[in-house]
Amino acid sequence: MPMRALLWLVEGTWQGCVDAARPLLPADAEITLLHVTPSEVAEVAGGALAGLLGRGRPEPGRHPAERISALSEESALELLAAAEARLGRAARRATRRGRVEHVVVEAARDTDLLVVARDGDRSRLGPASLGPATRFVVDHAPCPVLLVWPDEAPGLESIPPPPPHGPGRRPA
Amino acid sequence: MPRAPAETIALLLLAATLAFAVVRPHGLPEAVAAVPAALLTVALDILPAHAALDELRNLGPTIGFLAAVLVLAELCEREGLFAAAGRRMAVACRGRPVALLGLVFLVGSTVTAVLSLDATVVLLTPVVFATAVRLRLRPKPQVYACTHLANSASLLLPVSNLTNLLAFRASGLSFARFATTMTLPWLAAIGAEWVVLRRTFASDLVGRGELDAADRAGARSAGGPTYAVVVLALTLVGFGMAQLAHLDPAVIAGLGAVALAVPALAGRRARIADLGRAAAVPFLLFVAALGVVVRGVSAAGLGPLVERLVPTGGSLWSLLAVAALAAILANLVNNLPAILLLLPAAAAAGPGTVLACLVGVNVGPNLTWVGSLATLLWRRALRERNAEPPIGEFLRLGALTVPVALLAASTALWLALRVLS
Repeated sequence: MPMRALLWLVEGTWQGCVDAARPLLPADAEITLLHVTPSEVAEVAGGALAGLLGRGRPEPGRHPAERISALSEESALELLAAAEARLGRAARRATRRGRVEHVVVEAARDTDLLVVARDGDRSRLGPASLGPATRFVVDHAPCPVLLVWPDEAPGLESIPPPPPHGPGRRPA
Repeated sequence: MPRAPAETIALLLLAATLAFAVVRPHGLPEAVAAVPAALLTVALDILPAHAALDELRNLGPTIGFLAAVLVLAELCEREGLFAAAGRRMAVACRGRPVALLGLVFLVGSTVTAVLSLDATVVLLTPVVFATAVRLRLRPKPQVYACTHLANSASLLLPVSNLTNLLAFRASGLSFARFATTMTLPWLAAIGAEWVVLRRTFASDLVGRGELDAADRAGARSAGGPTYAVVVLALTLVGFGMAQLAHLDPAVIAGLGAVALAVPALAGRRARIADLGRAAAVPFLLFVAALGVVVRGVSAAGLGPLVERLVPTGGSLWSLLAVAALAAILANLVNNLPAILLLLPAAAAAGPGTVLACLVGVNVGPNLTWVGSLATLLWRRALRERNAEPPIGEFLRLGALTVPVALLAASTALWLALRVLS
């Protein structure tokens, strides 16, 4: 049975994620490209409107949360189409909405490999190179995870030297 | 009516008015409850009829001013001002997310100051979202920035926020004096937001955005709404000069709206009905009625209590205390009734206290949206209105920015008052 690979793509790191995964995926792999829109973005816009007491409800098509929801579906599909073109091979496209880290873990349930890009501080090797959502996904994924650097990985010299009184070294 | 029951009834009327405005059963306009509550306030003799008329006479110009600003913002939208701002930001940030955030701060603060927070929330936020996703950058920091600035960047001008319009008259300050005094607090609040948002969303401000060839070409070929920008600039200058010519700034706002409305109507980009809708008559009625209801609450006995609670004096500590009190009240009941409740006592204490109140009621709402009592009591109704109680990240961000912005803006206000007096 061919491998089922899921690429989680996020704005800002998607190109690097596609580029890093391309040479590592088997030729016969069934690839799915996943984009998750954080539901809180529309919620925050709707909440700000609710805070404007007395203004009534905007006419249809003018509610900021609804406008954002409509736009986000469209732009997610465009991003996945661009990613498929960049990958250079056929892939399934999946757009979801919700609490991002939970939706990604859920989507990884029936997959053989989840590809995730680091999205934190990428100037040095270390735990800070994973943002909070990526951290959650790596920690909770129900399948093997391929964690890639979306751009060139920093050198080993970026690891700070161990502290002088760190574990294993007692002060004299 | 005896004092104790009058006080209870006045508070109940206020609670009912606010509850109805938050829940809006069957989508009915907020004025449906507010107007009868105002009539009852007078009929039950909680507030004498002449005092109610006094309040309405006071509110009249403010409400006219508000209507003109709402129409002005709507016409700017129809002239394509917000879409043009989005295109400009997309090109000017050169794909860098932090540069885009900087531009969102610039545009968001300006739109809020000039066209009021309503324009930022309703008209600018979706444009900012569209700009970020068109560049394939993460929209979250940009949208959060927009909604936060709608509140904290609404300190600058009387037109920036309805709370300011209400306080402007009570303060006795001229438009120019209000603006010069509030410039420093406005900048301080924006600066505080920048520092906190930039840090909190560091891991979302990554990557390099790109514009499609079509978007780039569109941005280059599309002209800006020059006429609308010129009218807005002249309106602003007019605000500053109005009082020299003994004109009410509301008149200037009206003239600005007319200057934009005439070509829009002639060019069929807007109909009279659109302008009527933009003026939001039910909202204006709601503000007038809420003013009467709150005045009833003050008259029935809460007024002296608020007076005792509001610290007076121009020291840094009293300004900080006033801002904190106003922020707490805004988070309990919503900032509109909060400022109406505080105004009589604050105005008696002087313009510095009024402005400190504004710092509190304008910055404070970034902690909860509608006010926490409303959020607690009407959770379900809020959820149906796509305004779920604040989520974890929103609350965390508010808990970080609100105290910092309050402290920075109040200190800046104290400085400004000392320098300008």
